[in-house]
Amino acid sequence: MRNINFGYGISRPRAIDIDNNDLRKSNAIIAEMPELQACIGCGSCTASCTAGNLTEFNFRRLHTAVRRGEYKGAYEDINKCMLCGKCRLVCPRGINTRALIMLIKRKLGDF
Amino acid sequence: MAKRVVIVGGGPAGMQTALELKARGIEPIIVERDVELGGKVRDWHKLFPSFTPASDVLDPIIRGVKSAKIRCFLGQEVRAIAPDGVTLRSEERIHADAVVVATGFTLFDAHRKQEYGYGLYSNVITSVDLERMMNNGRVTLADGSEPRRIAILHCVGSRDEKVCQRHCSKVCCITGVKQAIELKQMFPTADVFNFYMDIRMFGAGYEELYREAQQRYNVHFVRGRISEAAQTINDRIQIKAEDTLTGRPLRMTVDMLVLLVGMNGNRDNESLAASASLNIAPNGFFEPKDSFRGAVCSQREGIFFAGAATAPKSLADTLAEASMTASTVAEYLNHKYNTR
Amino acid sequence: MRRASWQEYQKDIADDKYYYARSCIRQNFFPGSEKAFLDILGKDLGIDIFDDPLHTSCTGIGYHSDVVPLETIMTVVARQFALMAEAGYENFISSCITSFGIYNEVLATWEEFPETKERTRRYLKEATGRELVLPRSIAHTSDIMFHHRRAIAQRAKHRLVNVHTGEPLRVVEHIGCHYAKIFPKSGIGGSEFPYVLAGMIEAWGGDVVDYPERRHCCGFGFRNYLVQANRGYSIANSHKKLESMAPYRPDFIVANCPGCAMFLDKWQYAIAEMEGTTYGADGRGIPVLTYEEMAGLVLGYDPWELGMQMHQVDVEPLLDKMGVAYDREAKYLGRGGKYIGKPAKVAVNCDEERRIYQIKR
Repeated sequence: MRNINFGYGISRPRAIDIDNNDLRKSNAIIAEMPELQACIGCGSCTASCTAGNLTEFNFRRLHTAVRRGEYKGAYEDINKCMLCGKCRLVCPRGINTRALIMLIKRKLGDF
Repeated sequence: MAKRVVIVGGGPAGMQTALELKARGIEPIIVERDVELGGKVRDWHKLFPSFTPASDVLDPIIRGVKSAKIRCFLGQEVRAIAPDGVTLRSEERIHADAVVVATGFTLFDAHRKQEYGYGLYSNVITSVDLERMMNNGRVTLADGSEPRRIAILHCVGSRDEKVCQRHCSKVCCITGVKQAIELKQMFPTADVFNFYMDIRMFGAGYEELYREAQQRYNVHFVRGRISEAAQTINDRIQIKAEDTLTGRPLRMTVDMLVLLVGMNGNRDNESLAASASLNIAPNGFFEPKDSFRGAVCSQREGIFFAGAATAPKSLADTLAEASMTASTVAEYLNHKYNTR
Repeated sequence: MRRASWQEYQKDIADDKYYYARSCIRQNFFPGSEKAFLDILGKDLGIDIFDDPLHTSCTGIGYHSDVVPLETIMTVVARQFALMAEAGYENFISSCITSFGIYNEVLATWEEFPETKERTRRYLKEATGRELVLPRSIAHTSDIMFHHRRAIAQRAKHRLVNVHTGEPLRVVEHIGCHYAKIFPKSGIGGSEFPYVLAGMIEAWGGDVVDYPERRHCCGFGFRNYLVQANRGYSIANSHKKLESMAPYRPDFIVANCPGCAMFLDKWQYAIAEMEGTTYGADGRGIPVLTYEEMAGLVLGYDPWELGMQMHQVDVEPLLDKMGVAYDREAKYLGRGGKYIGKPAKVAVNCDEERRIYQIKR
């Protein structure tokens, strides 16, 4: 290769690539808490989130991305949670969101 | 002499109406386009949400029609209808005191959604193909092997202006949930992904089944419509969608793509309606007189509806409506002949 | 390639008497292709085709880049049609996919919003004194080539077959987005399975490759490549396509759009420099042809007369496969034997010796 500065590179695709994502962590999370899959994406958790009202933290989007094998930034993001528990109170599917936050933190600490 | 009612269509709606008319001492005559009674349910393996074998429901009805010696014109198509009878394509006229339109629906032709490659790519199948495979006892890929990753796409030929089908076909969502569970039961290690726009769980037990698919069977639900499918070099299917809940495009390769085909109005609804001055709703189905107290009545006295001729319906709804049609027809005949 | 639906989408294409509208950028990137088109139709097939020096750019690139207003482009389009009528023609054919899209878009807009047509009529009259006339038919020049593909097959000197193995060449066909993605009915085969190039390939003996990203855009995208900061996602699209087609080992790519042919060719060099990846059987790139060049080779035209020395990826390996005779020394000799200069050697040239690239195939 020559070192030519074109002034741009080849943009990387933004698409979630299920074929090449490492789904082992996400499978382990779902295996430990299958109720996570029962999420219907209503957004109550995010709407009621103390942290989400002050930061970009969006728990619904975060755990959906984690289930697709997108872990980058998830651990840092989840640390914004104040563990107040309001999300668990409002979840219409009865998902133990607080336990889930702790589980994701535990599983994705090295990402 | 017994009053006579011609029923156009020998599916569940037509047969159930016939049985209940017969029980009221009225003479039903069924005219069925196909050479067999039973309609599309014949291809079905199990019924949502209870996984009851379709034959457990259908067979007793067919046996009932046969043992009640209800006259059936099979392999005969109706060209025109009127309150006093129908005209067949053969120009034969069958006279009656009332007519029931129980002509059902047409399955959406998946070839029309060219971007999914149905008919071109060997592992793109429809929900009906899957039921037939299950009826034959074996679900496999085209090369005979087992699928390890399956995508099920909701709303193929429903809620889609591009193919002139704006309506919701109602039963596909729950069918997709049912089929996802059946696939997981057959192939427990396979991954099943349902791609949906909205999940519409309108019936008793449906929402519960949806949750069971999610939580117990680990079926992945992705909110986003697949925009195109393409065959890969080893006959797998590459699909693209948006995972709208993360706001990002999503792509993956699957072994099998199942298209949940919708219910469309029959092509000849227009001409049948024109022959009797009935109305066709914008969705292509017959329009009932009113959707509350006249749901099985047409705009013409003496012509009635039963089942999916007026809108997409589940089998349970269809059978319930057939009972209502029978009692409405009986009341009509009673009123008509006792007051004259 | 299996295909079920293309017969459903047919369009009427005139047999003869064409008014030819040139492309701006093709005359720079593929100067031999438009000449070859005129020669093949006019000389080989004896068809009446008029190359009018009076017509201008359709201003499509400016339009798509927000520097030419809608009223202006409509008036320019109206002027082209008026020139066609003045020259005594009714069948308008466009060499460029962008222009083809523009002409269809303008005609559709005039039909749906008649007030825009009346306004254009007035502008045209005021600006040029000409009258607004609509063409009887409008087609892209690849439609015309497709229409005459059997006549070309009858005169073929070479087929799209590997003369060493007797196997059909594997050809990737790439259709410009504005050919049928704006109006599916404007293209032969519709937008999902366009048949315009595939029909030529099949008629001339080749095999069409159906690869997963077949329908994907090349990334040209006007304001994307025009602005340096955006070129990263222009090239990413071609990159995606090349990655997707590589396992099928295509012998060449053929495109019907000026931008696509250029970018699928030139980006192969940029990708080699940026990523160290080259494509094609021997890592020397996948040649990218225009359909005129493909037809010209089939009819026995000299590759240098066709202007194939202008390509980034060398075409010699393809010429060898097809059994096309050519003079290696004459590659950079232009008209009258004048030396036109030789580009620096890069990774995708076939006599380049450095082999530090990762070959994708």
